[in-house]
Amino acid sequence: MQPIGYVHGGPAHLDATFAALADPTRRAILARLAGGEASVAELAEPFAMSQPAISKHLKVLERAGLISRGRDAQRRPRRLEAQRLGEATAWLENYRRFWEGRFQRLDALLDDMQKKQKR
Amino acid sequence: MPNTLQISTRGDREIVVTRAFDAPRTLVWDAFTKPELVRQWLLGPPGWTMPVCEIDFRVGGRYRYVWRNESGTEMGMSGVHREIVVPERIVVTEKFDQSWYPGEAVGTISLAEQGGKTMLTQIVQYESREAREVVLKSPMESGLAAGYDRLEQLVASMVRGEKTA
Repeated sequence: MQPIGYVHGGPAHLDATFAALADPTRRAILARLAGGEASVAELAEPFAMSQPAISKHLKVLERAGLISRGRDAQRRPRRLEAQRLGEATAWLENYRRFWEGRFQRLDALLDDMQKKQKR
Repeated sequence: MPNTLQISTRGDREIVVTRAFDAPRTLVWDAFTKPELVRQWLLGPPGWTMPVCEIDFRVGGRYRYVWRNESGTEMGMSGVHREIVVPERIVVTEKFDQSWYPGEAVGTISLAEQGGKTMLTQIVQYESREAREVVLKSPMESGLAAGYDRLEQLVASMVRGEKTA
C-alpha cells in the first residue's frame, strides 16, 4: 500500500489552513489569485506593503498548500491551489455547521428558559 | 457584539470554539450541566435522537451520552469530570465508544459573563495532532453519515500520510 504523504509537499495539516485563512491580507491574496496567477510584485501592489512583508504571507499560504509556485524561473508566479482550498473550506464549513446547529438549538432553549423565568 | 461561532486551532492538539449567548451565565451553566436541558440541544444531525444523557456532576463523576438514528445505529460518548468551578469552568475527559479519532480527549468549557451575555470558550485537546486532524476533517456529523468503516479507513490513511509527510 502506498503511503499518502511525502517528505516535501505532503498534505498540509488543516490547522495551517485555519491560520492561513484567519488573516484578511491572506484572504485578499487568495481572492486575487482566484483571478489568475501573479508575481510577488503584482500581489504586493494593492496593499502598499513591501515585498518581504507579502512574502511572509505567501509562505504561510504555501505551507498550508493553498498556493503554489509556477515554474517560470524569473517570475515564480504564485497560483491558487483551488481544489485544496475548496476541500479545506468544505471541511471547515462542515465542522462549523455541526456546532452552529447545536448552538442554535441552545439559543432557542435559553430563550425559552428566560421567558419562563419572567412569568 | 455578534454571537457568531468562531473556530480556531491552538498549538498542536487543540480546537477552540467560541460563541456568545444572549443569556445570563447561570442559565447557560444549567444548560450545559443538567441532563434534561443538555438533551434538548446537544443533538446530532437531523434524524438522530439522544436516548441516553446521564451526568453525575461531581469531580470524578462520569457522564454518558448516546445518540441513535432512525435505523437504530448508535454513537456513544462518555468521560469523567476532572474539574468543576461553578459557574465558570468544567473540565472533562471525552471518548467515543467507536473511536473515530485516536485516543482520549480533554474538553474544557469556560463561561464568562459580559453585559448580560455569556461568552462560551470550548477547548478540546486531542492526544495527537493526527487525532485533531481527523476531527477537523470529520466532525461527528459527517462521521455518522459516512459510516464507521470509511472513518476507520480515513483515520488509517491520514495517520500513515502524516507519518511520512
